[in-house]
Amino acid sequence: MSPELILFLVLSLVAIAAAIGMLISPNPVYSALFLVINFSTVAVFYLILGAPFIAMAQITIYAGAIMVLFLFVIMLLGAEKLAPGKVLPYQKPLAIGLAIVLMVESVYAVLARNPSDAEIIVPTEAANSIDAMRDLGIMLFSDYLLPFEVTSILLLVAMIGAIVLTKRAKGEQE
Amino acid sequence: MDWTLWLELVIKALVLIFALLGGFAYLTWYERRLLARFQSRLGPNRAGPFGLLQPIADAVKLIFKEELTPAKAYKLVFFLAPIMTLVPSVIIAAVIPWGPPFQLGDRIVTQSIADINVGVLFLMSIASIAVYGIVLAGWSSNNKYAMLGGLRSAAQMISYELTLGLAFVVAILLGNSMNLTDIVEAQRDGRWFVLVQPVGALILWIATLAEVNRHPFDMPEAEQELTAGYHTEYSGMKFALFFMAEYQKMIVVSAILATLFFGGYLGPWVDRWPLLGPVYMFLKIVILLFIMIWVRATWPRIRYDRLMAFGWKVLLPLALAVVMITAVGILLAEINPWMIWLIPIFSLIAGAFASLMIDRSLRRKAYA
Amino acid sequence: MLLEYLAIAVLIVLATVVALIAIGLGGLFGPKKKTVNKSMPYESGMMPIGPGTRRMPVRYYLIGVLFILFDIEVVFFLPWAIVFRQLGWFGLIEMVVFVAILLVGYVYAWKKGALEWE
Repeated sequence: MSPELILFLVLSLVAIAAAIGMLISPNPVYSALFLVINFSTVAVFYLILGAPFIAMAQITIYAGAIMVLFLFVIMLLGAEKLAPGKVLPYQKPLAIGLAIVLMVESVYAVLARNPSDAEIIVPTEAANSIDAMRDLGIMLFSDYLLPFEVTSILLLVAMIGAIVLTKRAKGEQE
Repeated sequence: MDWTLWLELVIKALVLIFALLGGFAYLTWYERRLLARFQSRLGPNRAGPFGLLQPIADAVKLIFKEELTPAKAYKLVFFLAPIMTLVPSVIIAAVIPWGPPFQLGDRIVTQSIADINVGVLFLMSIASIAVYGIVLAGWSSNNKYAMLGGLRSAAQMISYELTLGLAFVVAILLGNSMNLTDIVEAQRDGRWFVLVQPVGALILWIATLAEVNRHPFDMPEAEQELTAGYHTEYSGMKFALFFMAEYQKMIVVSAILATLFFGGYLGPWVDRWPLLGPVYMFLKIVILLFIMIWVRATWPRIRYDRLMAFGWKVLLPLALAVVMITAVGILLAEINPWMIWLIPIFSLIAGAFASLMIDRSLRRKAYA
Repeated sequence: MLLEYLAIAVLIVLATVVALIAIGLGGLFGPKKKTVNKSMPYESGMMPIGPGTRRMPVRYYLIGVLFILFDIEVVFFLPWAIVFRQLGWFGLIEMVVFVAILLVGYVYAWKKGALEWE
């Protein structure tokens, strides 16, 4: 077994354990911390795949920004002291059904791979060169220009939504 | 992978950790002596010559202090928070190049822990991770002051992180690379980026002050209103870790500023003797730290609402404008190299405009 | 490729070990005499009233959301910054459009007082 494979297997276990920990932990703040661990292991997966930019962006945006927001929301609601609320009656069957769909889909995605591109490309030193970063930038700003610009509209909508939800009209009591 | 490689990795990591540790110890001494000078006092001068043994005395004192954990604290997070604050303050220094590579026996040793192509993004990601230690310290203490201090600190850090990121973008634009070594090499022959983009350097400096919670942005520790902010409940060595993290961050952000805008390890004869690199870095860091302490001795603390307004309403648009001015200037410089000097001119105009707006807004509030 | 990141991993491990040793030293040599008063939350000698952590204002949430959005913008800036010499004026216009759309939201936030910390 190559060192990369061992690393991958160990980290997969960590990622799965962190995901389970997030689900079963009684305190939402601990859940959030487990999710941070999970996001960080995913970042290392990207590194193993030779995508340092995605890995760092994953840590910056998911483990950094989004989880800080989650923590703020947990503290905003005082959720760490809330008693478990009512569970929707159809929640469990629905969750199991969706999980099965996801599993079938991912198994299909793995099996249906075209054999010609089934070979796993092992990242080399080249992934750490600045030219690799340049290629990524050129791709993003030429071939994927439209998704990039559309992202900004998505961000705009999110921003306005958050403001509308939290800001009261002038004169209204706090 | 052979064992010499592992040895190199471990030695480099230990050198960095202990250099930062020693730097932290003597930075406290340096700060206290300097503050004393600013206030016409002598400062610590009893332990050893010039008080040089004072940091050791302080460390011994802290080791023998009792560590308290509040009865209602969330114990595990309370224990982890200081570690989660200290570790990012060390690893953020991993990508900083301390000097050009040199030959040792038959191998080439680079003077940085990791020379990665996403170096600047690495700085950003670690800076965003560093928020957790502080906000969790505040939350896990189960203390009102600590909670408020932690939240304020987190909100402040994330607000100024945007400006920090945009200031990094300015350096990337000028250096045409995300690798910190490339950025330093682009500043050869005295072409320090601070000359081309003085406002960018100033913005980065202000953002780092806020990021490490230094004066005049030391709101989380506003003693008069929050006792001690997020580390109110911490004592003994756990408190020492927060203290250590803060001072190590001061050193590291000075190193980042020196690397991105003040030529990093570059200086006379650094190519002939690569080990001069760390010496130049040391000198630049000491000067930048002096300015940081000078600011502490001179300026009063900023009120929290103004601090947030300054970050969101002044620094963020100014940083965006500076990025755009730099980009346009670089494109114009491809037509005529002299056009590069339009960048400092227009950036200074933008900076002057921003200060004018602050002045006007403050005047309006004063008479309102 | 992974070697550089291995170096960072070594640094993380060693830094954690040093932090643990520091805490361990304190635990080893420091006195441990717990009293009820010492384990109370510190409020400058006042008797604490109510729980220590309570619900916090919604504006922190708003700051958090705005931070995520602009953080994504900054992360997009980074790859752009190293290729914009190749892209030239076209690349600049791309970025200006991107930023302009976000600035609409920024101006909206400003006008609505979302950046106000009253």
